[in-house]
Amino acid sequence: MSFTVELIISAFLILGGLFVLVGSIGLIRLQDFYVRLHAPTKATTLGLGCVLIASIVYMYHIQGYASINELLITLFLVITAPVTAHILAKVAMHHRVKVMQRTRNQHLIETARMQLPPENDNKKQDQDN
Amino acid sequence: MSILSRAFSRLLPMPLHSLVLLIVWLMLNSTTSLGHILLGTVLAIVIPVLCAPLRIPQPKIKRPFKVVSYVFLLLKDIIIANFEVAILVVGPTRRIKPGLVAVPIDLVDILPITVLVSTVTMTPGTVGADISKDKKWLYVHVLDMPENEQEVIDLIKQRYESRVKEIFGC
Repeated sequence: MSFTVELIISAFLILGGLFVLVGSIGLIRLQDFYVRLHAPTKATTLGLGCVLIASIVYMYHIQGYASINELLITLFLVITAPVTAHILAKVAMHHRVKVMQRTRNQHLIETARMQLPPENDNKKQDQDN
Repeated sequence: MSILSRAFSRLLPMPLHSLVLLIVWLMLNSTTSLGHILLGTVLAIVIPVLCAPLRIPQPKIKRPFKVVSYVFLLLKDIIIANFEVAILVVGPTRRIKPGLVAVPIDLVDILPITVLVSTVTMTPGTVGADISKDKKWLYVHVLDMPENEQEVIDLIKQRYESRVKEIFGC
């Protein structure tokens, strides 16, 4: 394997690893559940994307043809990642998980929980103004 | 002729799904050997026959080429937003101003709404939390709220919803 190929593969692996690391750091550092939810969705998209690209390049140089399994993994990730994030957010609402003090429009959690339209949203905004 | 076509539609209630199943099966095993083609064909016939009664009619994709450009737009947005969120997460947490937004949506059918909500959740910084029962409001949790929440609503509506609408032609 030539040096350039190794360089490309390692660059993608490091970049992917960095993003997954940032996702994990976010999981520790951020303060409430909803904000934490943002961290893992990041890690799965770009972080794993980079690792998969590195894998495709590596397999291409080992086998001589690109393996398609990585594309399938990407497809499954793209389909499943938003669903898990959405379900986690929904469950958190139903369990009335605490939100950060600074979170704006906290009254929306209650209407979202009951799946109602935000009826008095305009009134509240007028009061704020 | 009609008997033949009825038999065909009973055997293959979802021809496109069957084809995709066969292709995915072959991709999973990364071979094109006869054994796997036969096994894949059996699965591609049996699974749709079992699943056909569960099907809910969905709107068809009217403009397939728009899907390609939509995917590329999404890819670009995900990469840019990933860097933004990474900086936000590593930087001082005081700067993070989370918030909730109710986005009015014009889409009617479940599949386009699902595509839109998945898009919103995939792009870092926003997570789709819930949808009102009348399917007119989408609740989104935003990691970093701009001063004016209308910006978020406009971004979702103009950048993503209008394109999803075009794809499904509604």
